[in-house]
Formats: sequence, structure tokens, C-alpha cells
Amino acid sequence: MDMNYKPDQENLVEVNNLKMYFSVKTGWLSTTPLKAVDGVSFAIRPGETLGLVGESGCGKTTVGRALIRLYTPTDGDVFFDGKRVDAKSIGSLRKDMQMVFQDPYSSLNPRMTVEDIIGEPLDVHKMYTSKADRREQILYLMELVGLNAEHATRYAHEFSGGQRQRIGIARALATKPRFIVCDEAVSALDVSIQAQVINMFEDLQQKLGVAYLFIAHDLLVVHHISKRIAVMYLGKMVEMADADELNENPMHPYTVSLLSAVPYPDPKIAKSSKRIILKGDVPSPLHMPSGCPFRTRCQYATEQCAQEMPKLTDRGNGHMVACWNK
Amino acid sequence: MAEEKNILSVVDLHTSFTTDKGEVQAVNGVSFDLEAGKILGIVGESGSGKSVSAYSVMQILEKNGSIKSGQILYKGEDITKWPEKRMRDFRGKCCSIIFQDPMTSLNPVFTIGYQLKEAIKLHTNRKGKEAEERAVEMLELVGVNEPRKRIHQYPFEFSGGMRQRVMIAMALACEPDILIADEPTTALDVTIQAQILELMQDLQKKLGMAIIMVTHDLGVIAQMADEIIVMYGGRVCERGSAEDIFYRPCHEYTKGLLRSIPNVDSMGKRLQPISGTPINLLNMPKGCAFCPRCDEAMKICLEKQPPETRTPDGHFASCWKMIQAEIESGMIRPEDASGSGT
Ligand SMILES: Nc1ncnc2c1ncn2[C@@H]1O[C@H](COP(=O)(O)OP(=O)(O)O)[C@@H](O)[C@H]1O
Ligand SMILES: Nc1ncnc2c1ncn2[C@@H]1O[C@H](COP(=O)(O)OP(=O)(O)O)[C@@H](O)[C@H]1O
Ligand code: SF4
Ligand code: SF4
Ligand SMILES: [Mg+2]
Ligand SMILES: [Mg+2]
Repeated sequence: MDMNYKPDQENLVEVNNLKMYFSVKTGWLSTTPLKAVDGVSFAIRPGETLGLVGESGCGKTTVGRALIRLYTPTDGDVFFDGKRVDAKSIGSLRKDMQMVFQDPYSSLNPRMTVEDIIGEPLDVHKMYTSKADRREQILYLMELVGLNAEHATRYAHEFSGGQRQRIGIARALATKPRFIVCDEAVSALDVSIQAQVINMFEDLQQKLGVAYLFIAHDLLVVHHISKRIAVMYLGKMVEMADADELNENPMHPYTVSLLSAVPYPDPKIAKSSKRIILKGDVPSPLHMPSGCPFRTRCQYATEQCAQEMPKLTDRGNGHMVACWNK
Repeated sequence: MAEEKNILSVVDLHTSFTTDKGEVQAVNGVSFDLEAGKILGIVGESGSGKSVSAYSVMQILEKNGSIKSGQILYKGEDITKWPEKRMRDFRGKCCSIIFQDPMTSLNPVFTIGYQLKEAIKLHTNRKGKEAEERAVEMLELVGVNEPRKRIHQYPFEFSGGMRQRVMIAMALACEPDILIADEPTTALDVTIQAQILELMQDLQKKLGMAIIMVTHDLGVIAQMADEIIVMYGGRVCERGSAEDIFYRPCHEYTKGLLRSIPNVDSMGKRLQPISGTPINLLNMPKGCAFCPRCDEAMKICLEKQPPETRTPDGHFASCWKMIQAEIESGMIRPEDASGSGT
């Protein structure tokens, strides 16, 4: 932690050198630190969407959870609206920072009615004056996310995936947050339904001014919804830029191969595009390579890459890259 | 048409499941042709009957399911008439399948080599050393490094991508004419997906088998498929070449699907989703399955299933909107559109 760190007052969320290590049992009595997130920094403006991409296991979910303190970070500074987020302040900040999860099936209690699911945060934070007020707020939230008011007394298991995701979002919105971590919030949905939910996220942002950290592995979806995109690899942030800039001018060798691997939904483009096929798999985070974590798969790796992790540096207009050779 | 070109022809297939809520008609009159050495993509959202169509070809349906009617012609012979013993030979030697999650098809307590050898022994007359050599050769073919060492390892020692390679090796061990791949890369990261898709394309060129690629992912379909069938509610909406489907869609569902995917130009613009909720197979409309969600639905759509009709550029779609446009422009006569297909 850096007690002297001063956040930029224009940022709604600011994260400085965030680290989240888990201690993993690797033997009978031995444990090894698993560096799930290892020194990540970024900022999000009010009403802005930052996309976060990278392969599974690279630490996206952990960033989201440590950020809103569902985990206690190992190290680093997190600020919300200029205030340091820590064990003491989180109680009063919780209402402002919510999370929406991937699996609408497992994150909702099937034995609760829609009304009770959405009402729960209102109960927890005592956010109503009367039973009638509570009900009114719930109906307003249901309308916001496009749920039929008549369904308030139905159970979550009676709904399709897309509708369950709407219930989850209504619940996250109940406390009028200014920031929501959307963790793979549309990933389990069919494309036609996914488009409905993406539009809803965008409408809600317009209407309520809420900012998102939008975590997803579908790069086309992330590009569509995000103003800026951050790319992670093995717990480190390797590149961050405006969405279009990243898409048109990726610099980090990992980002370049990631973008080239996306099968584009257009036969001419998809069949003719040159893919940079990465060799092998992502190394285990328990056996992190020294220096740059990407060097075991990088065609540009040099000796320096094994020595030291390159810092994220600005290559112009806020296009940040962490690479010795690009 | 030239019969011999098609290694597999599915004709008016109906497959359903008995459940305590009633009969689930998962596949409702599906027809398609697979040309030898080509890649056919089956695309559609979850529950549209893609997997059940594929499993019907292999006759590996769950106990409560059965093929109700229709033909599945393999090299001209209707395999729905074959006894199970003959089907056992068909699976593996003529047609193999790989699934989304290789872990469910690999036994965790046996080594990769053992399982590969068992598959080889089952379908060929190779035994002992010979089977082992073939196992090593197959692992090499699918890009598993140090195959001689890795045949002694267990499935958990392989990453997701490597396990899928092993499954492909197993499926191709007996050089089938057809490989069915049911969402083979859906559980994998995009860079690993790219490796597996490239491998499948390479093997297809090398070994010349035909592939049925089942996926919900329009990007994967665009990259892989020569021909595509689009399914909705257990029926084929549209079929044609990849270019037909992506550049000249004629069915309202296909059009809606393509409009709803984000692309590089859609940033800042609104996506155009398909309205409504996914289909309930227990409560199928009498007419077009897509009718409850279709912005262009007309009275006839509610009442009558649209027959499969040739589109202006010569592929096939089942949509009243298109049929009406063709009648109005004099392309077809009204009586041509009243039949049950072409
Ligand atoms: N509670 C935990 N205990 C131990 N390891 C964890 C825990 N949560 C996540 N990890 C590990 O941290 C790494 C990052 O995980 P995660 O943040 O879930 O990645 P992503 O969301 O990008 O797929 C992975 O290696 C994962 O196995
Ligand atoms: N064993 C079964 N019993 C009852 N219904 C089934 C069974 N297997 C599949 N179905 C139903 O058949 C329909 C089509 O399923 P499937 O072919 O798996 O869809 P897809 O692969 O397109 O996602 C679904 O509605 C599914 O619920
Ligand atoms: S720092 Fe070196 S290994 Fe890492 S991405 Fe750049 S060139 Fe590759
Ligand atoms: S047949 Fe009618 S309801 Fe069905 S897709 Fe065509 S226009 Fe829409
Ligand atoms: Mg995650
Ligand atoms: Mg399926």
C-alpha cells in the first residue's frame, strides 16, 4: 500500500498496483503463493466502460472481486470517488459498487421470488420507508431492466437465461450504484438474447450514468460496449488503450495474437485472415516465468524479457503497453 | 442431382424424446446433404436441435429419445434401418464424434495411451505393439509433443486444448469418412480455439474426411464451413453456402441472427436484437417456429409451416415473407409454394 498515493479527482474508480495472492496447497504441508493479480493499475471515469479481456485464469474475476473488496487485496490502493476503499470504508461504499455475475442460474436462489431477490439489497441497506415504497422501488427496477411487473411473484427458476440475467441486474441496481463490475454478464447467453442485454447495459448507462468494468472473453462484445479496453495475461496488465485504437493498432504481441485468433463472423474475412497461432498453453500461475509472463509463447522474446517485467508505458494518447521489444 | 457427391444425406428427420411433461420434438423434419471432403456447419441457438440432429446420425441418443421418421443415407444406404451391431462398426470406422468437453469422454483412471489403444483395437485389426505405434502416430498427427512420453499420462495431466487434441486423435484413429464435432471449441479460450480449428482444417486437407461442425458461434462457422444449415426450434430455416447464408440471408431468423452480433463497425451503434424469448419445444406454434419473435410475421405464418423454397440466388429457405416476395415478383407461382419442399 502507498499511503501517499493521490488519486485523480476526475476518476470514479482508481486502482494502483493491485495485488491479490492466494495461498495454494502444493504438498502435504507446503503452500505456494498463487499470484492471481500482480500489480495492476487502471482508472475508470464516471459513466465510462472499461473492458477487461484475457484468457481464462488470467485474473479478470479476481481483479473485479478484489476491487469491490469481496476479497481483501494482498497489496495496492483502490479509490472510489477519491476515497480510499479499505476495510473501514467499504461498509459505506458497498451500495455504490455492485457486481453482476456470469451464471444467472447459479447466482440466484431458485426458491426466492423475483420480488424478494431484487428487494434483498433494499432490505440489507434499509433503503425504503414503507412496504409500499419497497414494492414501488422493486417495480421501478423491474421496468428499468425490461421485466414484466406481473412476474414479480414468480420464482427465478421459471425464467429463461436472459430474463434471469435481467433479474440479476435489477438486483445490482437496487442500491443505485455508480459502478458495476459485470463479470462475464452476457457470456452464457445466446447471441439474439445477448444483444438485448448488451443494449440494456448501454441504456442503463445513458439513463443512470453508471460506470462499468466489463469483463468478458468475447472480444467483439467487449469492443462494442467499451470505451477503453485493458488486456491481461497471467495476472499482469499488458496493454490498455481506447477500444478502436486497440483494435486497429494492437502493439503487445499477446494482444496481437489474441485479436488475430478471433473468428470474425464473416466468411471472407474469417477464411482469409492471417492468424498468429500461439504455441502451447498459458503457463501455470504457480510456475510463473521470470520477467515478462508472455515470454514462453512470444516470438519476439529476447534475453531481457527473462530478466525483468517491462513496465506499462504510454506510447501516445494513453495507449499503454508493457513490452521490451514492441 | 449427383447422388455420389453426398456421403451423407439426411431426409426429413424427426427425432423426439418422451418426458413426463410430454413428447419433446427436438428435431422436426430436418434435411441436409454432406458432400465428401467438405465441411458442413450446423448453427443455431441453444436448444434448436443441433446436437440431437448430430446424435441421430450416430444413433447415440439418450434412452428416452428415438428417431420417429426420416432417412439417414450413408453412401446411399439408410442407416436408420441398420441393426445396432452394424451401427457399432459405423461409429468409428465411418463416422466419429467429438464433444465440447473432452473430459466427459475420457476416463480419468486410464492413461491416454491405454484409451487410444482401446479405440484402435476396437475398430481395426491392429493389436499390441502395432496399436501402440498407431497411438503414438495419431498423437503426433494432432500435434501432441513427446507422444511416447505422454501416452503414459492421465487425462488430468493434459490441458483443455491438449485433451481436445487427444479426442480428435481418437476419433480419427480409424480414418472415418465423417467427423462430427459438437461445439469442439466452445469451452476453450480463443487462442486455443484457433489452434484446434487450424488443426481440424489441416487434418481435413490431409485426410480428406468430411466434417459436420455443430456450433452456436457464427464466427467459428464463418471460418470453417463450406455449407451451412441454420436451425431454429428443431427445424432448418435456411441452408446454403457460407456466402449465401452470411451475405444473402433470406429467412427472417437468419437475418435477425446476423443483425444481433456485434462487429467492429457496430461500436457506438445499437445492436439489433431479436425480440422475445427462446422457443419452448413443448409449446410449438402451428406455423413457423420463429413466428412469435418475428417482426415480419403474417397471418399465414401463424397457421402454416413455410415450405422449403429455392431462394432467388439458388439456396434454400423456409420463410413465407420470402415466398410472398417471390410470388409477387413472378419468380414462382403460388401453387409452387404450397408443397412441402423441393
Ligand atoms: N479463491 C481462490 N483460491 C485460489 N486460487 C484462486 C482463487 N480464485 C482464483 N484463483 C486462481 O487465480 C487465477 C485467476 O483466476 P480468475 O481471476 O478467476 O481468472 P479469470 O476470471 O481471468 O478467468 C487462476 O489461476 C485461479 O485458479
Ligand atoms: N434426453 C432428452 N430428454 C428430453 N429432451 C431432450 C433430451 N435431449 C435433448 N432434449 C431437448 O431437445 C432440444 C434440442 O436439444 P439440442 O439438440 O441439445 O440443442 P442444441 O444442441 O441446438 O443446443 C432441447 O430443447 C433439449 O432440451
Ligand atoms: S517483453 Fe519480451 S517476451 Fe514479453 S511480450 Fe515483449 S517481446 Fe515478448
Ligand atoms: S415464415 Fe413468417 S414468421 Fe417465419 S420467419 Fe418468415 S416471415 Fe417470419
Ligand atoms: Mg472469470
Ligand atoms: Mg448442443
